[in-house]
Amino acid sequence: MKNRRKLGRGVAVVGAGMSKFGMYKDKDSKDLFFEAYQELLTSVDKGLDPTDIDALYVGNFSNDFFMHQSHWGPILSELIGVTPIPATRTEGACASSALAFREGVFAIASGFYDVVLVGGVEEMSKCSTEQVAEGLALAAVPYENQVGFTFPGVFGTIATAYFAKYGASHENLMDITIKSHNNAPLNPKAQFPYTIRDMMNQKIEKAKAKGGPVPQWQTEKDFLRDPRANPPVAWPMHLYDCCPISDGASCMLLVAEEIAKNFTDDPLHVAGIGQGSGRGLNSAPTLTSFEATKRAAEEAYGMSGLTPKDIQFAEVHDCFSMAELLHIEDLGFFKAGEGYKAVSEGLTRLDGPMPINTSGGLKCKGHPVGATGVSQLIEVWNQLRNKAGKRRVPKRDLRIGAAHNLGGTGGTSTFTILERR
Amino acid sequence: MGNRAFSDISYQQFLAEEKLMGSKCNQCSAVFVPPRPICTECLKSDLQWVEASGKGKLAAFTCISIGPAFMIAEGYDRKNPYFVGVVELDEGPRVDVRLEGLASKPDEIKVGTPMTVKFLHRGEGDAEKTYLAFEPVQAQRSVAR
Repeated sequence: MKNRRKLGRGVAVVGAGMSKFGMYKDKDSKDLFFEAYQELLTSVDKGLDPTDIDALYVGNFSNDFFMHQSHWGPILSELIGVTPIPATRTEGACASSALAFREGVFAIASGFYDVVLVGGVEEMSKCSTEQVAEGLALAAVPYENQVGFTFPGVFGTIATAYFAKYGASHENLMDITIKSHNNAPLNPKAQFPYTIRDMMNQKIEKAKAKGGPVPQWQTEKDFLRDPRANPPVAWPMHLYDCCPISDGASCMLLVAEEIAKNFTDDPLHVAGIGQGSGRGLNSAPTLTSFEATKRAAEEAYGMSGLTPKDIQFAEVHDCFSMAELLHIEDLGFFKAGEGYKAVSEGLTRLDGPMPINTSGGLKCKGHPVGATGVSQLIEVWNQLRNKAGKRRVPKRDLRIGAAHNLGGTGGTSTFTILERR
Repeated sequence: MGNRAFSDISYQQFLAEEKLMGSKCNQCSAVFVPPRPICTECLKSDLQWVEASGKGKLAAFTCISIGPAFMIAEGYDRKNPYFVGVVELDEGPRVDVRLEGLASKPDEIKVGTPMTVKFLHRGEGDAEKTYLAFEPVQAQRSVAR
């Protein structure tokens, strides 16, 4: 990689908003983006005059496939009344809105624009599970699609390679699921605000009420080991290893650092931003790491002058439990082959030394794919600005947090470090 | 063979002819299956066709319960899941493949199992398509018997 990257001028985050994530029969993409934008307007401490917005970048992966409607830039600019400013859609599979954020950062850093709205949206739940699986698989590499891979299948495959190489097992992945679900009830925006124990007890109560046989689960792992409760989707990925099908939207307001004080006395700064590309299962250098994530991390750490030890907490792209394991190694938080031990020792819990996915992650918060990247950065915003409520990382003066977003079979990866100065 | 482009279309045509073909760099000897038109090791475009032996070992796999429409049409579903995975060829490259003849319980399957190529022809007429598949070496022996 070429020598250290830097922005032409500093960029600050001064506002953020997201819809609640979930499956909505009675809300469409416009309704969800409106909900996110309304929250953003109230989040700007000194207020935002929408006529000051110079440009809009919005991530969307595949409303084309899911909803038979593409070209979301102008639809959303009209919705919020900022037409005819430039409105651009970015697509990078499940990393689509992290790319929108990045384009917004570069548009300001170049000096061309001062105030940019970035965000993302996706509407998936009106399709069947099979249709969603097929739609998402459009982002895999052609050789994977041709033989019938799905994304749970891609990560199931990676899991068997990781298990064989390092001696980990599905039990370690269960620790990731349990950890994320422990954070979820603390997040009012989460699609599944329940712990695994909550869901297990609900099923036991239901069985008792029906008078049928009562499951004999004692621990969360008993529940997750039971194929009736947790059936395989793409072995060894089971239902509770997979993020849900979701609808949702997210947005953030970016401004040039030099005018940030017009919007708030407490801006966040873009300390590091990185992106990389990667190859699929057949030609990646290894099956147990994503080269795109490593490149994204290298760029972001290089720009910021920070190291993995400086990151106090992170949101990582846990589309599947196995994915979270790869990312915490690729981002340098743990050594290759040791992430699974860290997870099972509790180091990534909310009260651990390196909290991962305090929001509940994609697994519990939901994964409306085009909205996810910016929603991850909103969790960083909430943590750093002390707006995370009961899920705030305890007993720490939070200054630096990061978000990692992934698209495809590691085809696109981004890593963004935000700092409160 | 020499006139075909180093492309995915050529690769698929060769599969239909029951040949697993790749490209080999005349400059640095790197081998690519499926073929590439540019050597991504030395970035030269001086390649020749090479046929892979069709032998390799299982690098990773999965057993899919919820598949895409074309697999559902073949009769696969939650009650009848199918296997796909990655095979590392003896020549070095990895290929994405359908897997046949493995133990029905995924936890009994071992990464590293020696595998051999099998060409699956599905559909008829314009819809005919050949899928790259691999099966354990022992499975083929018992079928050949």
